[in-house]
Amino acid sequence: MTEAIPLGILAVVLAWPVPVALARARWALRMPALAMLCWQAIAVAGGLSMIAALWYLSRGAAVLLALHLLLNLGLTTLGAMRQRRRHLQLVELLSTPMPDRPGTRLIENEAPVAYCLPGAPRSVTVLSDGLLRLLTEDELAAVVAHERAHVTQHHHIVLIAFKAWRTALPWFPIASRAEDAVALLVELLADDDARQVVSDDVLASAVTAVAGADAASVASRVARLTA
Amino acid sequence: MDLLWQTSAPLAATELRDELAGDPAITTVLTVLSRLEAKGFVTRDRDRRPHLFRASLRRDDYMAQLMYEVLGSAPDREAVLARFVGRASKTEADHLRKLLGA
Repeated sequence: MTEAIPLGILAVVLAWPVPVALARARWALRMPALAMLCWQAIAVAGGLSMIAALWYLSRGAAVLLALHLLLNLGLTTLGAMRQRRRHLQLVELLSTPMPDRPGTRLIENEAPVAYCLPGAPRSVTVLSDGLLRLLTEDELAAVVAHERAHVTQHHHIVLIAFKAWRTALPWFPIASRAEDAVALLVELLADDDARQVVSDDVLASAVTAVAGADAASVASRVARLTA
Repeated sequence: MDLLWQTSAPLAATELRDELAGDPAITTVLTVLSRLEAKGFVTRDRDRRPHLFRASLRRDDYMAQLMYEVLGSAPDREAVLARFVGRASKTEADHLRKLLGA
């Protein structure tokens, strides 16, 4: 019974003050990989300490919580995979493969969009011709490198895990903050990967060109690249 | 599929084959059609002989669906696809409204 107290304290600390501090930390922008590692560690340790603290109070409740978390992870993953498959069917129907860029498809649409659809056996990067009109050749290479980085670093798996954490614990405001922070971090990590291929200026201008009027949402990304 | 989108009247598999470049075998055409039907993109009229096929929705409708999934603000979108610029900008939102209104 007394073991439950330190475990409970640990669970509370990991559920509230630690994530709040990490979400505010300025160094996270400079070291996104370390920040990402911290978020994952907090999520895993937080979940385990919660389950362990409950274990000493009521075994049934601990097992229920563990099942709840696992079930949510499974359901979220299945749902995302199903949606991805359906979306890929639409993409295949409406787009043409770009001959000079393997794994890349072009949709006829005036909205400038670029995104990647992670999946097995192969991931697809989708570009619109509105985007091609908007960007220079170099900027386009930056966008493609950025999207590739998402896939090679398996960002979709991290995002799904944090999304599952959020749906499993909706009463924890911190879970949504974690998901937002992680969503920004994967963009920064992908930017860092793209920076190895293209210059910072080119990547920054590509980000601002695509963001258009809504530049505020990408301010932290552009600030990093132009600093 | 583009052929079915271009013609408003439903087509038989043989008519489709005649229109297609490269003269594919009729079994190939039927296989593709069955696959499209399974995915819900093509509807088959089984009361007629031969079966008549037509596109379930117009191409524009599918494009609107696709762009909605890409630009829309569905909370789980980020888990499904990763966009270059995460949130929809104002121009994209306008574009989306236009697509859905059309």
